Amino acid sequence: MEDIPLVEMRKISKSFGMVKALQAVDLKLYHNEVLGLVGDNAAGKSTLVKILSGVYAPDEGEIFIEGKKVNFTSPADSRKLGIEMIYQDLALVPNLSIAGNIFLGREPVKNLLGMRILDKKRMFEESREIITKLGIDVESTKIKSENLSGGQRQTVAVGRAVFFKPRVVIMDEPTAALSVKGIKRVLELIKELRERGISIIFISHRLPNIFAVADRIVILRAGRRVGDRITRDTAPEEIIELMVGISQDNES
Amino acid sequence: MKVKEHTGFINKYRYSISILKKVGQLREGPVIMVLVGLIVVSSLISPHFFSKVNIRNILTQVAIIAILAEGEAYVILTGGIDLSPGSVLSLVGVLTAGVMKWTNLPVCIAILLGLAVGTLCGLTNGLMVTKVKIPSFIATLAMMAAAHGLALIFAKGVPISTFPPSFRIIARYVGPISVLTIIMIAMLIIGQLILSFTRTGQYIHATGGNEEATRYLGVNVDKVKLFAFSFAGFCAAVGGIMMNARLDSAYPNVGQGYELDAIGSAVLGGVSFTGGIGSVGGAFMGALVITTLGNLLNLLRVSAFYQYVVKGIILAVAALSLSRGVKYAK
Repeated sequence: MEDIPLVEMRKISKSFGMVKALQAVDLKLYHNEVLGLVGDNAAGKSTLVKILSGVYAPDEGEIFIEGKKVNFTSPADSRKLGIEMIYQDLALVPNLSIAGNIFLGREPVKNLLGMRILDKKRMFEESREIITKLGIDVESTKIKSENLSGGQRQTVAVGRAVFFKPRVVIMDEPTAALSVKGIKRVLELIKELRERGISIIFISHRLPNIFAVADRIVILRAGRRVGDRITRDTAPEEIIELMVGISQDNES
Repeated sequence: MKVKEHTGFINKYRYSISILKKVGQLREGPVIMVLVGLIVVSSLISPHFFSKVNIRNILTQVAIIAILAEGEAYVILTGGIDLSPGSVLSLVGVLTAGVMKWTNLPVCIAILLGLAVGTLCGLTNGLMVTKVKIPSFIATLAMMAAAHGLALIFAKGVPISTFPPSFRIIARYVGPISVLTIIMIAMLIIGQLILSFTRTGQYIHATGGNEEATRYLGVNVDKVKLFAFSFAGFCAAVGGIMMNARLDSAYPNVGQGYELDAIGSAVLGGVSFTGGIGSVGGAFMGALVITTLGNLLNLLRVSAFYQYVVKGIILAVAALSLSRGVKYAK
């Protein structure tokens, strides 16, 4: 049973015009696993996870969720299957409220004389619950996200990802813009999510962060997968070598 | 002593000051103040301003502009612009007029046909923007030219006049207000309710605020834009039919310049050109400012030529005061 990966991406290729962003990349994510995805700039990390989240369609390759082949035509499809992504820029809408952002794309509606209208009361209350649980205290979830601090914004983005009981959470460089304290909080959050049975794909260029939480590390270089290592069997030096492509027999 | 007097003053007017403050914080704050100021000035200058007939006239005159501004607000909220409402208004006007005059079809069929054609024009705008990826400014500029041309072709360049009595009900009055005003109120209420209380309304705001993020979260942004442009086309069609009723004629050139009033009303009313911010209520008040201003200038017997200049200045000042609150411009 446990041998069937939660997510399996097979031979994924994607080009943007002449640029081959990904070439036959395989990726497996097991149940209850934190997978670190590393690589230099333009290695294809973001493209790969955006294919998994349904933003891009792959040119070639297949995606399986618990052994079943899936075909994502929109992020709505992958979200339905429990795959949530926290984007590098957080993907918040500045003019929407905290509640509006958390429920964006999945607003609860109630029936009023045959019309489906937004259940705003539920949106405000439930979003308040989730962000309080995540440890920020705001006056009201009616506040627009453009009026929040950086840390609060990130909490809203995290809240959105975890609210709908996901099976997979993808985090694209969640620590890039954070203080030391903020980074610690994100790493704790990752561990917490895993304890709740959620699998995580964690993209970061900060190797110490990857080594602190990841069970396994996949390394991409120039659109190809160049390594797949169990964290406890490897060392940062080896990962860096794989990332930049300096091998033992490479001289001068 | 002086200080005490001062606080006494503040206490006395604290309630009104707090209301003023709240209004000032609203996106629609500036337009509300301009409107109130305009009404006060108008009533001081002209004793006729507050007469029943004049108020009724203003509310009738504003109806078409307000409905066009409503459609414009929808499109601008998604981050686009629609230059075609004036031409679509003309086209729908001559089409419904032609069907009523030259065929035996009932009036309601002519109206439905007009509404369908207007909506289709809007949908075409939307398809050009979402599928062909033409910027909305250019796409709707093309529609502006094409729809005007079609109107001229269909009417052979001349007005179509005198409609059946059953159609002219639209130009009548119910008690103190006109049917045109009633249609406007209904359209505005529906438009604002959709924006404030439905998923579609939420997605219109979200698309204008951060289109990429909205797409990433699984919202079909193209569908949202198609809806907004189609709705704007529908509004222009309603305007065309109302114009026919008001004039008892359909002129193929009648809508020219109306796109400016529509855009002007929306912007005056606080609808942000960067998208995502604004309301139908604001656009309505913007339309009311433009109409009231025209009314005042008419009462003062200012030539129509100068009125354009005054409108332009007011719009520029409004845009200036509104843009102060914007953190970034696209």
